[in-house]
Amino acid sequence: MATDWEVVIGLEVHVQLATKSKIFSWSSAAFGAEPNASTDPVCLGLPGALPVLNRAAVESAVRLGMAAGCKIRTRCRFARKHYFYPDLPKGFQISQFDEPICEGGAIKFRLRGENRAIRLTRIHMEEDAGKNLHAAAGVSFVDLNRAGVPLCEIVSEPDVRSAEEAAEYVRAVRTLVRYLGIGDGNMEEGSLRCDANVSLRPRGSEKFGTKTEIKNMNSFKNVRDAIEHEVKRQATLLDRGERVVQETRLWDAARGVTQAMRSKEQAHDYRYFPEPDLPPLVVSEQEQARLRAELPELPEDRFARYTGTAGLTAQDAGVLVAEREIADYFDAVVAAGAPAKRAANWVINEVLARVDDPRRLGDGDLAVPPPALAELVTLVEDGTLSGKLAKDVFGKMWAERRRAQEIVAAEGLAQVSDGGALEEACKRVIAANPGEVARYRESPKLIGFFVGAVMKETGGKGNPKTVNEILKKLLG
Amino acid sequence: MTVPGATAVEIADAVRAGKLRAREVTEQYLERVARLDGALGCYLLVDADGARRRADDIDAQKKAGRDLGPLAGVPLGIKDIFCTKGLETTCASKILRGFVPPYESTVTARLAAAGSVTLGKLNMDEFAMGSSTENSAFKPTRNPWSTAHVPGGSSGGSAAAVAAGLCAGATGTDTGGSIRQPAALCGIVGMKPTYGRVSRYGVVAFASSLDHPGPFGRTVEDTAALLEVMAGVDPLDATSIPAPVGAYRQAARTGREGLKGVRLGMPAEYFHPGMDAEIEAAVRAAIEELAKAGATVVPVSLPNSKYAIATYYLICTAEASSNLARYDGVKYGLRAAEAKSLEELYTRTRGEGFGAEPKRRIMLGAYVLRAGYYEAYYGKALRARRKIADDFAAAFSQCDAIVTPTSPVSAFKFGERMSDPLQMYLADILTVAPNLAGIPAISQPCGFTRGGLPIGLQTIGPALGEEICFRVAGAYESRTDWHKRLPPEVA
Repeated sequence: MATDWEVVIGLEVHVQLATKSKIFSWSSAAFGAEPNASTDPVCLGLPGALPVLNRAAVESAVRLGMAAGCKIRTRCRFARKHYFYPDLPKGFQISQFDEPICEGGAIKFRLRGENRAIRLTRIHMEEDAGKNLHAAAGVSFVDLNRAGVPLCEIVSEPDVRSAEEAAEYVRAVRTLVRYLGIGDGNMEEGSLRCDANVSLRPRGSEKFGTKTEIKNMNSFKNVRDAIEHEVKRQATLLDRGERVVQETRLWDAARGVTQAMRSKEQAHDYRYFPEPDLPPLVVSEQEQARLRAELPELPEDRFARYTGTAGLTAQDAGVLVAEREIADYFDAVVAAGAPAKRAANWVINEVLARVDDPRRLGDGDLAVPPPALAELVTLVEDGTLSGKLAKDVFGKMWAERRRAQEIVAAEGLAQVSDGGALEEACKRVIAANPGEVARYRESPKLIGFFVGAVMKETGGKGNPKTVNEILKKLLG
Repeated sequence: MTVPGATAVEIADAVRAGKLRAREVTEQYLERVARLDGALGCYLLVDADGARRRADDIDAQKKAGRDLGPLAGVPLGIKDIFCTKGLETTCASKILRGFVPPYESTVTARLAAAGSVTLGKLNMDEFAMGSSTENSAFKPTRNPWSTAHVPGGSSGGSAAAVAAGLCAGATGTDTGGSIRQPAALCGIVGMKPTYGRVSRYGVVAFASSLDHPGPFGRTVEDTAALLEVMAGVDPLDATSIPAPVGAYRQAARTGREGLKGVRLGMPAEYFHPGMDAEIEAAVRAAIEELAKAGATVVPVSLPNSKYAIATYYLICTAEASSNLARYDGVKYGLRAAEAKSLEELYTRTRGEGFGAEPKRRIMLGAYVLRAGYYEAYYGKALRARRKIADDFAAAFSQCDAIVTPTSPVSAFKFGERMSDPLQMYLADILTVAPNLAGIPAISQPCGFTRGGLPIGLQTIGPALGEEICFRVAGAYESRTDWHKRLPPEVA
């Protein structure tokens, strides 16, 4: 009988921090310039150039650490990590080794309705490398625009138990990064990158199996697919009584397989030692207190609030907290007077359906800003507008940037709740349908037919509740 | 005024006063360089056109009635370890041949802003590794006092050029004695300031935590005047110190009024048996002279200095192996031709580009930093370094400055120590401890051997105690005339 293998995964996620300048020099850290245009003597590794730490990058790292509940060191150091590669201009990367800025903490998220907390080993700061561009056979170029872009490396404990969980963990990291506004977390552009250490062990065993490191997964789907594939590959080997070789494997998304990198490239002794060009980094208690006070409400806190006092379903709350912009929009609609449940429905079913990237809800010139949606919801709530017409009105608001009240007034869409006018309409309908009236006596469910007919008669503007009452009275 | 006989301060005063044109000074120095440097080999590059343009610019500023800087018209030589925008900077290494920096070091930028005129780039031991300038990949530099002898190193080109009157002052770097030892061997003044006092931005790194840029001058006041311009916090060097720059020239002049109330420490460990007798006698006589100037001489102890050389070579090789990793043939300088793979590009470029000494130090440093051995070597060296610094701190509770010989030997002959690297490393035995402690130290001439070779006196101060160094040195200089002697072969 086949062994029941337990999957053990630890993740290393690199997050690019969206600072204006690089971590140790002044050129722009923005993506997309002409090759080697965003460079300076420091990030080019010119002889004699020296790093100077960008405090904005430190603040981002500290905020990330605080959001993940890490312990923040008041004093930490940078270290040099040595290896030769053309995209690494100094022959070493300035990173952190024995004194990372953040330790401990956890990334929290929900997986299939269950709360998960993946513990973190550490978060450290480092500089990104450049990029090698391979042109024709035998010809390569180096673009150092990315060299020196600030990174946080988030190292998890081996707490992740499935490929799906790994993908959700990475998504949770991205959500956190975006909530904090410290990066855009775009996996396709490489501003969020993930490596996975994967191993299997017989369920119940304490001892870890031999792990492989999986690289080159540049989407959530890649993360899930690559790890799923690797788990199957390892299980097949182990089931056959073979061994897993400790190595680095690259995910080939096109072929759907992981492949071993040349083992030569892994035989590194990084010869770490403290970076002598940078004094120890001090983040004082006062500075930490200031940064902590400036933290936004985090996704899991919002989720708790939405499912708690706001009374939303877990599913709706999950959709709303997925991006900070959605949640901010929702909160603003509620703050402008709309009831939470109604607001959630409108945001999820109507607003989100109309944007390609939900982060657009943060745009200042959105066609339907939160107070405008709140106004529409209020018109429905107080009976001025029927739910059915409201959707049309919202469509017009979005397309024409008009306010709900204005549309309702201009197009005469206000609901008719006036008993006299509605009674006339009801009487006309009853008079026109004697057969139905007779059948109604047998089957009171037929009231729906009459309501529909009256609504048709009033062009959809009749208040359904009032119509119902009048009909019941007239039909006896 | 005969310019090569004048001091830098005198030149600047004359140019500022409109009594002397910068162009005239520059021409006289360029003429001397053209005539004498063939035999001495101080310069790796002479930028005659640039120097003339710069001098004309100073003269034009003067003509326009503008206030000139404190070093107006002073012709300087720059050690080829300082990046100079548009001027090839090689560190006397084949691996950097052809490297023309697109940026300027903070030190040379400040010197230029003060009105000085750069004559060219000066020879040195490759990547500042050495004590004789024999490790230059390009040529030897000869000691102006005897061309059979080395000028010391690694800033040998700088010291020899100032001694020979081929520039009125020069820049150097001192990682274990590379300013003070050649200053001593060439009979001039050289100052290694406090670590962080002078920016390292644009100074090609050898051992980052030990590299100290500093000035050379013919006199104590010239040296002080240069340091006043070079020193100061730099936002581009995170290890530079945000303290105001001291009044170094004033301190040098104050010394002329005597040393009443100054306590000078004499560490027994720096007068060890086996030291050259002539040197010991000259330095003891110099200390007596300082006592006559009013100083009190007290014995102090620096017991951990005996670990200084070992500590120094663990730290400097580790840092060097890291700092020299960037020379890979990919971005600048030498690239080995016809490499068939990336690895071959690296190994051939570095194999052909580095000389024996950088290779030796890269290998030693890589060994020191191996995973699992860090604590045994580098970690231990850092603890020894702390103890050496603590010794100095304790000594400075009993004295204001410490006086010692600069070098245990006078200039040696070419080839004499090249076969034995350890023997060469010991040339720094009296100078490395202040580098490890990061404290200032100055060397100045205090006599000559019977063979006519200069002897150096070293004055060490506490952290940011440049002023006491200049004061003591100024006092000694005002009571002696060693600094007025010119090398016979070039006078």
